[in-house]
Amino acid sequence: MASPLKCDICDKPATVHLTQILNNQAHKVDLCEDCARAKGITDSSDFSLADLLIKASLNPETPVDAGACEQCGFTQADFKKSGRFGCPSCYDAFRGLLEPMLDGMHKGVVHTGKVPTRALERKSLHDRLAKLELDLTDAVKSERFEEAARYRDEINQVRQSAGRNPPAKP
Amino acid sequence: MSISSLMATPSELTDSASAKTAIVLMTRIRLARNLAGQRFPGWAEKSRRTAVLAECRDAIAATPQMKKPHDLPIDRLSELERLILVERHLISRELSGSKGGAGAIISNDQAVSVMINEEDHLRIQVLRAGFQLKRAWNAIDDFDSALEERLDYAFSPSLGYLTACPTNLGTGMRASAMMHLPALIIANQMEKVVRAVNQLGMVVRGLFGEGSDASGSIFQISNQTTLGETEEEIIKRLGTVLNSIIEHELNARAKLLEADANKLFDKIGRAYGILQNSHVLSSSEAMNLLSLLRLGVDLKIMPDSGRALIDRLFIEAQPGHLQYLQKGEIEPAQRDILRAALLRTEFANQPKPSFTLPGPN
Repeated sequence: MASPLKCDICDKPATVHLTQILNNQAHKVDLCEDCARAKGITDSSDFSLADLLIKASLNPETPVDAGACEQCGFTQADFKKSGRFGCPSCYDAFRGLLEPMLDGMHKGVVHTGKVPTRALERKSLHDRLAKLELDLTDAVKSERFEEAARYRDEINQVRQSAGRNPPAKP
Repeated sequence: MSISSLMATPSELTDSASAKTAIVLMTRIRLARNLAGQRFPGWAEKSRRTAVLAECRDAIAATPQMKKPHDLPIDRLSELERLILVERHLISRELSGSKGGAGAIISNDQAVSVMINEEDHLRIQVLRAGFQLKRAWNAIDDFDSALEERLDYAFSPSLGYLTACPTNLGTGMRASAMMHLPALIIANQMEKVVRAVNQLGMVVRGLFGEGSDASGSIFQISNQTTLGETEEEIIKRLGTVLNSIIEHELNARAKLLEADANKLFDKIGRAYGILQNSHVLSSSEAMNLLSLLRLGVDLKIMPDSGRALIDRLFIEAQPGHLQYLQKGEIEPAQRDILRAALLRTEFANQPKPSFTLPGPN
């Protein structure tokens, strides 16, 4: 290594050299030790060059959408700055931004791995109860008592079946 | 808050060396998980992070995997204690430098650990000595399912587990192996291997200082992508790559012995001499010398018992551990002297290398 490479971030001599193939294209990054540490590259846990490249892959010409995530107020500009989202709902809010990015970033664009079955069961149970309770209130309000009784039975049934399989043991 | 009890307990990483850990020192799997409806830690105020920390700690404490764990709120640890956890691969530098509301919960044998409020709400890790991707996956899968009994994860049927950074999306899984590849370094083949591994969608990490081996010829190989494959598929793919790297390393060792055994013996013999007699040793020199002796153990030049000692010293010769041993902060120059003293003591009674190989003749 005859000619000392300079750090891509600060111009100090680079001692950390990384190459990754993303989307069939080689990306090289040369960093000095300080910047490498600052970026978490010398960290033994996880670092992905994809991270550093997110910003590069975001076309700076794309007009920054003024819209923000309704849940957390995170904006597209925030994402461009940090390469991170603000909350799980940002994945819906910034779908348009995300989709073209995922294509080059991963093996596929659809999850095929583990599913949190218990948590999802709990959620669907919770959603179902919430809906039944709403229906019950509605029925009572409009004096449809036969319907209301049916809803109440159903609620009891759902609660009981949930009780038989307690989602969490103390 | 003190981590002295953690330092005093035998751990999966420092006390499991055997012939099975010859080339793959350890296997690690990490899962990124977040709570539904909560801002990711980087975008959440301290009060929200503190609430998430409390919820996660309760859920973790209720799992069978975490009986009497080390429960370490990061902001109550000294800088030195954090550094030690980083050197033991139990927390990341990012967590170590985090703002309030971050925590680490580490199982008694240090094989299971959870970082709370790092980049994601939860970073779950299982660590196994040697090449044990499947066992590590089974263990972390069980632990993750136990957590899920109590925590509602942010999950999308199409995108999988939702993470702060889209590069971790889907499985949220990073599986990795720490490999000792001295012959590939000596034979100058590491760059070629890195390129090939990259093309297979895996990442090689390690510091390359001016083409030399700056960190004990130890590299970490992990999957790069997390979405579009099942966990088992990713692990299988990584396993195939690791096996092929092992094969290349073994070939490189055989070739070094065949081409010029004396040159290799000389390196190992000198490493032994320096470790027994030096008075100033930098971290990277120490790592490289230890690496050569470890190669010596694999080649049966050094006794098998040396491997456990070397693997322990890989960690204990690090700056944080050295300073812990001295009970205080020490200047780098002073550290090099202390490191040399530590290694002199440790190697004083190690048997000499015996260079009679069961060779080809």
